[in-house]
Amino acid sequence: MNLGPHAAFIIAAYVAALVVIIGLITWVIADYAAQRRLLADLEGRGVSRRSEKAEAA
Amino acid sequence: MALIDLANPTRFLKLAARILPGLGIATAIAFAIGLYLVWFAPDDYQQGATVKIMFIHVPNAWLAMAVWSVMTIASIGTLVWRHPLADVAAKAAAPIGAAFTFLALVTGSLWGRPMWGTYWVWDARLTSVLVLFLMYLGVMALWRTVDDPSRAGRAAAILTLVGAINLPIIKFSVDWWNTLHQPASVFRAGGPTIAPSILTPLLVMALAFFLLFVTLHLAAMRNEILRRRVRTMWLMQAHAAS
Repeated sequence: MNLGPHAAFIIAAYVAALVVIIGLITWVIADYAAQRRLLADLEGRGVSRRSEKAEAA
Repeated sequence: MALIDLANPTRFLKLAARILPGLGIATAIAFAIGLYLVWFAPDDYQQGATVKIMFIHVPNAWLAMAVWSVMTIASIGTLVWRHPLADVAAKAAAPIGAAFTFLALVTGSLWGRPMWGTYWVWDARLTSVLVLFLMYLGVMALWRTVDDPSRAGRAAAILTLVGAINLPIIKFSVDWWNTLHQPASVFRAGGPTIAPSILTPLLVMALAFFLLFVTLHLAAMRNEILRRRVRTMWLMQAHAAS
């Protein structure tokens, strides 16, 4: 495939899209892991939500 | 499961866990097919190979407006019905919409330099999209300035509804004013003006980006629900200690 005289602009656009998409996916995965870690830590210390207590009862 | 059942965050989390892997796979497949079609798409008779930038610019520009529309509907849910997931949906969508708008601006500039001879002009379409990007940043900043999620949700919902005025301005800017940006060539009365050999990869890439948004939005909503649970448990722990 010949991208012609403006190849640098085309490649830059696709690289920008790739970087942003990878950034979004990394942010979502890292945030999920962080929230799960915090929840596990709180549950490990015996803290539970009222709705969880109601379900347990 | 009735639609109303999704209003329960626990049920939403179970549903998200079930469908996220499939959505991720569907997104990857759509991108693979889209990029394959882009690779073999012919050059445009005027733009040459630079038309390949359109396959990412146009879907991101569509999503920039679509995500704000999603946030607008969610904001109505927050203000009118106080739906438990409405402001979760709005908050989770904002960074994703900002990223799509940023990509629309960047890829548009990279297309503009070889085609128009400049990265940027202050014409109505480009300026109104830049305003949309700044509105996304404003909503995200507002969420961070108010500690209580329900109060932050109502304030952000009002700002989102005000920002929705910009959507028809973006859409019709090319008709209302004399702009450098070309008028609509896909969603227009009389049908698309693009040849099928270019329209097909464009629509497949648009589907791929749409699936990416749905996947990321569901995952970000799940994260936001967990964040609120953590906050509630911290408050309960602090209350018990005092």
